[in-house]
Amino acid sequence: MNVNVKGTVKSTTKHEQLGLSHEQVKEMYRYMVLARKFDERCLLLQRAGKINFHVSGIGQETAQVAAAFALNKEKDYFLPYYRDYGFVMSVGMTPRELMLSAFAKAEDPNSGGRQMPGHFSSKRLRIVTGSSPVTTQAPHAVGFALAAKMQKKDSVSFVTFGEGSSNQGDFHEGSNFAGVLKLPVIFMVENNQYAISIPVHRQVSGKVVDRALGYGFPGVRVDGNDALEVYRVVKEARERAVRGEGPTLIEAMMYRLSPHSTSDNDLAYRTKEEVEENWKKDGLPKFKQYLMDCGLWSEAEDEALVAEVTQQIKEAIEYADKAPYPKPEDTLLHVYAESAKED
Amino acid sequence: MAVMEYIDAIRLAMKEEMEKDDTVFVMGEDVGVKGGVFTTTKGFIEQFGEMRVIDTPLAESAIAGVAIGAAMYGMKPIAEMQYSDFMLPATNQIINEAAKIRYRSNNDWSCPVVVRAPIGGGIFGGLYHSQSPESIFFGTPGLKIIAPYSAYDAKGLLKAAIRDPDPVIFFENKKCYKLIKEDVPLDDYVVPIGKANVLREGTDITVIGYSLPLHFVMQAAEELDAEGISSHVLDLRTLQPLDREAIIEAARKTGKVLIVHEDNKTGGVGAEVSAIISEECLFELDAPIMRLCGPDVPAMPISPPMEKFFMLSKDKVKEAMRELALY
Repeated sequence: MNVNVKGTVKSTTKHEQLGLSHEQVKEMYRYMVLARKFDERCLLLQRAGKINFHVSGIGQETAQVAAAFALNKEKDYFLPYYRDYGFVMSVGMTPRELMLSAFAKAEDPNSGGRQMPGHFSSKRLRIVTGSSPVTTQAPHAVGFALAAKMQKKDSVSFVTFGEGSSNQGDFHEGSNFAGVLKLPVIFMVENNQYAISIPVHRQVSGKVVDRALGYGFPGVRVDGNDALEVYRVVKEARERAVRGEGPTLIEAMMYRLSPHSTSDNDLAYRTKEEVEENWKKDGLPKFKQYLMDCGLWSEAEDEALVAEVTQQIKEAIEYADKAPYPKPEDTLLHVYAESAKED
Repeated sequence: MAVMEYIDAIRLAMKEEMEKDDTVFVMGEDVGVKGGVFTTTKGFIEQFGEMRVIDTPLAESAIAGVAIGAAMYGMKPIAEMQYSDFMLPATNQIINEAAKIRYRSNNDWSCPVVVRAPIGGGIFGGLYHSQSPESIFFGTPGLKIIAPYSAYDAKGLLKAAIRDPDPVIFFENKKCYKLIKEDVPLDDYVVPIGKANVLREGTDITVIGYSLPLHFVMQAAEELDAEGISSHVLDLRTLQPLDREAIIEAARKTGKVLIVHEDNKTGGVGAEVSAIISEECLFELDAPIMRLCGPDVPAMPISPPMEKFFMLSKDKVKEAMRELALY
């Protein structure tokens, strides 16, 4: 808050205090809406038999987008997990590119139609290819951080995974390695309360965030539905990393509002009431309300935004639907580098 | 040229590559201050510093996984597994990650990592310091697998592995470390990956193998020569991709084939070599394909008579070679 000469109080907004411009917060909101609408369309496309499979990130976009805005898109390396649509869109992947992946078409930049959707990859966008066995990307993130430190680059690697995945050895081995060598890594757990059907209390008896203590670096728990808080903690973690102070573990608390995947019936293991209760905590409308309270947003602008992203997604679907599949025999390509054949 | 041990050749290969390219580095348990439990990285930390000769926490999946991450970044890591027996916690990282990175990203990312691991028994190492786990990784497309027998090849193949754009497992034989001693050039050379090598020309029988057992085969071949049995010996050198042409040519040469390796028989590399020969030149054979391998037991016991029973030897291969020659 500033006190002006007339003695009245003039408040600055929270996002400005964090160093975010009005345009940036509106941009953040735009990506949250885009990711949400994209996700909803993928669920429908799967039900309509147009695509085979979708893993939803609904309920997690707020934290994903906020984290992406706290990172450096020109310098950092990103190792997202399969629900991170909001994250990868925020660092530059387009709905068209993601739809090409959902339709498993040749032009898909993630894998050329080889991987399930949600297995994000783009060297151009510094998104590192990942697999389905969970948390295997944690040591990779540490490897990118090690390389950056060796090459004296001020880049940070950012890796996400679920709370269930945080039980994997690769999380522990990677965290410990990063802690011992004080490497510039940010581990962010998207704690959405469920690993398929298993609730968090059957995954961990303590808190995921407390595990950081054992690895000798800070652990921060944050409300994943609060975009600006997530932005703040990720930004601080990045600053620590760049200063050479090592890794940070962030546990962003949220709720997986969708079933695990299009192959899952979540009401077999949780109640409708519980899900409905958590819809009320959804970070996306909260952020919209924040923008409106700041006088930066209106219902009319919101309607225009929804119409715009809906159109963008529609065009992406049309493009991906018409795009050619990979040639069957291209199955044989890229096992090894091409030049290796000439040896 | 200098006379050196197999282990010196491995050390020299890494040293030369690290001097030439500052993206090459080595990481693993005890590789730094101690210089490796077998001394493969002796003197490295003094020459290259602790950022390029990294003593890692004791966690094999992280050693492989962190190296894979650094390789995707653009570095050329050499990840050392202290014993191949301890490599299995890293198997998911090697098979599901390293081997599939180029393929699953449609050639966008690559993973030029080298994983070095000592194999083989005969050192009273018992079940968990004696294994030959080639067959666990063999048959995983995307990986290259090397298992040199000679000091010359160890140096040239390790240098090729470090320069290779794809993940390579380098299985060095710990019994060979000190046993094999020979002339090795002090200048820069590479031995190409994927090329087998004829160690000895012969006309009566063909022996195909890799790593330590070839040492016994060469001794036995010398002695059998005096008995009038002429042996043709092929060193596979690279297990993946196998040098099909060289295998077929060697089999055709004599029409009688013995395949030798210390890894157990069932599902071993020899089974694939045998299948290649069956597919390509079955009717040119004068005898059934014969295999002499480690027994199908979980691993090598430590008790000396049991270890001796498990291990191949000059006498065992000589007997098998004679039997094949007389068929």
